[in-house]
Amino acid sequence: MSNIPADLKYASTHEWVRDEGDGTFTVGISEHAQELLGDMVFVELPDVGDKVETGDDIAVAESVKAASDIYAPMAGEIVAVNEDLEDAPETVNNDSYGDGWLFRIKADDSSELENLLDANAYEASIDED
Amino acid sequence: MGSKTPLYDAHVKAGAKMVDFHGWDMPLNYGSQIEEHHAVRRDCGVFDVSHMTIVDVEGPQAQAFLRYLLANDVAKLKTEGKAQYTSMLNENGGVIDDLIVYHFSETSYRMVVNSATRDRDLAWIEKVAADFDVTTKERDDMGMLALQGPNAAEKIQKVLSSEQYAEIDGMKPFVGKDVGDYFIATTGYTGEKGYEIVVPASQLETLWNQLLEADVAPCGLGARDTLRLEAGMNLYGQDMDENITPLEANMGWSVAFEPADRDFIGRKALEQKKAEGHDKLVGLVMEEKGVLRHGQKVTVEGGEGIITSGTFSPTLGFSVAMARVPASVGDTADVEMRKKQVPVKVVKPGFVRNGQSVL
Repeated sequence: MSNIPADLKYASTHEWVRDEGDGTFTVGISEHAQELLGDMVFVELPDVGDKVETGDDIAVAESVKAASDIYAPMAGEIVAVNEDLEDAPETVNNDSYGDGWLFRIKADDSSELENLLDANAYEASIDED
Repeated sequence: MGSKTPLYDAHVKAGAKMVDFHGWDMPLNYGSQIEEHHAVRRDCGVFDVSHMTIVDVEGPQAQAFLRYLLANDVAKLKTEGKAQYTSMLNENGGVIDDLIVYHFSETSYRMVVNSATRDRDLAWIEKVAADFDVTTKERDDMGMLALQGPNAAEKIQKVLSSEQYAEIDGMKPFVGKDVGDYFIATTGYTGEKGYEIVVPASQLETLWNQLLEADVAPCGLGARDTLRLEAGMNLYGQDMDENITPLEANMGWSVAFEPADRDFIGRKALEQKKAEGHDKLVGLVMEEKGVLRHGQKVTVEGGEGIITSGTFSPTLGFSVAMARVPASVGDTADVEMRKKQVPVKVVKPGFVRNGQSVL
């Protein structure tokens, strides 16, 4: 069973979201997702300054197995991206909830966080797969 | 539940992610397939290939039978243990399977065929064999390990007695030899030096454990696929199948049209195809971000083709592929990827040999 930290929120499409407490939210993919995809070989990230809507495909995680779209879990503006992944995409595999983060969004509406799954609900959604 | 090799429990113990591979539960990787890939290119790795099918052919007409059954000519094999890459074709020249045949004598041969096609292969072999004075025997009492990488000789030395190692020391590529209970061949599917070792099923786990204790990396199907693709080796069912002739799969070199009086199954169809012209299998290289994948459409000079196998090449750091395209193909092509046309280079299929880029 993969690790699903209780202090994060999740989208059913396997993104995790961390509330940074300043109106920004860090996004990555869950440990379960990186296990499904296998070794990451490229990560295409959005540009800082991009405006995104909830559900937009804004990044691509390309692994040995497949190219997988990553969706914006909240609407807002991209304020940071993890440039280290350019040279070390495997960080997404090795530390999916830490150094393997993908991008940070300044949310238009922080209450959108409530629409996401908590750890238990995300775990239940994985079990259904 | 699928079939299990004698090493199933050992794979699980080594942390393997097990997947279904044509009805067999096989290891995909033991953590990271890219690390396993690098282990084979830089040091040494071991694969369980016990799912492959070994068929021994014996009898007064063994040579005549195989000269008719196979597209390459076993009569070219003169020395004991010499191996040959070849294929079994249907009457239309389509590839039923690709395989390696070992020559022991004109009355004794061994074939190693794919697992995915096992039942069909065995039925075909039996059907053709009925007209010859031969016996065929599937060796399901044997398992097989592939020990591959630049340090394979050093590693195998650690698991053999000095007398046994002396038997294979300096053995040329593409030769097999009985060594005690093992049959050891200098063959493989990675583009590296190494061995394929046929082992009695009851001794397989002991040998596997000895190799892991000698710091050989266990490697799964994921690394096996990226290694063979970098080496430009075909995968049956993907790069060719019953509807594709060897000529369209970069296997023309393994078809012996000479001597002209040797009849083999599929010969007429191949001769006709040769005269008419046909598609060919080429290599593609894309140095930008992204990964070429099986099934993507390729546009070349004079028409369209398709990627048969594509992957990220861990050794090169970018994507490579094999594609079947019209023979009019030039030096470049466009691949449709995620709704965009991306330019790629066209090369011979074969990207890495002995740890080095051949581009």
